[in-house]
Formats: sequence, structure tokens, C-alpha cells
Amino acid sequence: MASVERTLTLTVPSATENLALIREFVANVGSQAGLGEDDVAKLELAVDEACANVIEHAHGQDSNKEVTVRATFDTATLRIEVVDEGEGFDPTVVPTTSVEQMVHDRRTGGLGLRVMKSLMDEVSYEIVPGERNRLRLLKRIQK
Amino acid sequence: MPHPFKVHRTAEGDVSVLHLEGFLDAHTAPAFEQAIQAELDANRARLVVDGAKLTYISSAGLGVFMGFIEQIRELGGDLKICGLSPKVRQIFEILGFQAIYDMVETVPDAVQRFATSPTREA
Repeated sequence: MASVERTLTLTVPSATENLALIREFVANVGSQAGLGEDDVAKLELAVDEACANVIEHAHGQDSNKEVTVRATFDTATLRIEVVDEGEGFDPTVVPTTSVEQMVHDRRTGGLGLRVMKSLMDEVSYEIVPGERNRLRLLKRIQK
Repeated sequence: MPHPFKVHRTAEGDVSVLHLEGFLDAHTAPAFEQAIQAELDANRARLVVDGAKLTYISSAGLGVFMGFIEQIRELGGDLKICGLSPKVRQIFEILGFQAIYDMVETVPDAVQRFATSPTREA
């Protein structure tokens, strides 16, 4: 039987107060897609990290901008796209340093990406110059 | 609807205990940051963070722990973490926090750790 693909989209003003709403949306999508409770929690956190990066860094706390979370799933995979209107900063090219070194340097940036990569099966980024940028997260659905 | 977050302070002798409750994310992390800063401003650098009622943490919350620890240890104190649920503890462990912080079960365990391990190398 052919797998039916479903897409659900949430667009909110770019503000950290909306992270809770984004997490609720993603948790509902994860449950509908058939993820287990543990994977739903991982998905919530990974998308929170992606959106917090957009709100704080790509959009520089400008709540006139919008963050869009688009979720597409079938029976095998759940894909999330986080779309921003920022400068096209690719978080996936930030070099990975040890947490000990970051503590020593009193730096905390880059933690979100590390969390996303740990929790999701794939993380990628696409910059469309002059348009929008997309961070893609993929989670395989365990049968 | 926003997810709530609260910090409640108690003291055990000269150890300050910050009890976290709710959701610690990029929106609520500044409240936690202010709570730690208030301790340092009052020259209190022996801190326990009790996460027994912490439902959720993202890297913004973890960043607060990281941002203060060197300063706390330079002051001769430490920040010890206790009470984390398995779900929340897993996020600390993804980033290797167990190598940097004393993480124990209960507030009394954490307070007791100050007797045997008052600080670590900054």
C-alpha cells in the first residue's frame, strides 16, 4: 500500500515566548506520526533548539519576523523544516569544540546544534540567497 | 500558552539551594541567570541547583550552568546539581556535563559534597 504523506505547518512571530507553542505543535505532530514518547521528547527539544537559534541569532530578536515550522511525515520518516528570514548563517559549519574548552573560554554558543545532532537522525541546512533559509531535521520512525 | 518556570531559593548553612521548577528554555533562561547572579552579587558561591521539579531543559538553560561555573570556582565555590529526572539528566549527559559538574541524587547529598569536594579546578 502506498504511504500517504501529510504536511502540517505552524508560523509564529519570531519571539522566544512562542517556543512553548512550537514545542506543543511538534509534540502533537510527533504523536500523529507514530513516534514513541521518548522520540517525541527528542523531537520537541531539537526543534526548540533550531527555532531558538533562528529567533536569537538569525533574526536578532526581531519579532516582526516570522518562524515557520513545517512537518512532513509518512510511515517511515518525519521531516521538519525550520524556515527563517535571516542572513543565512549556517549553524552546521560552526566548528565543534569540547564542552570543557567552551567552559574555559566562557562561551556557550553552539550547544544547540550539538543537541540537535545528538537527537535527530539527520541535520542539514540550505541557504537560498535573498530568500529564505531552511534547517532540515529528519527522524526515522521506529516500527 | 507559555510554559511556566520558577526559581525558589533556600539555604542549608552557607550553601544556597536554587530549586528549579517547570520549563527552562531560551525564554526562561534569563530568570535562572539572574538568580545565580544574585547569589554571586551577595558573595555566595557555594550553590546547589535542585532540578527535581524541572520538567524540561534546552541548551539555553545548560548555557547558564556553563556561563557561570568558571567564575564560581575562581571564587572558591562550586555549583552542584541534584534531583534531575532521567529525561532531563539525559540532556546534561549529551553535552558531557557529568565530567564538569558534580551531579548527585538529592539536596542533602549535594550539600554534603561541599564537605568532601568544596570546589574543582577552575
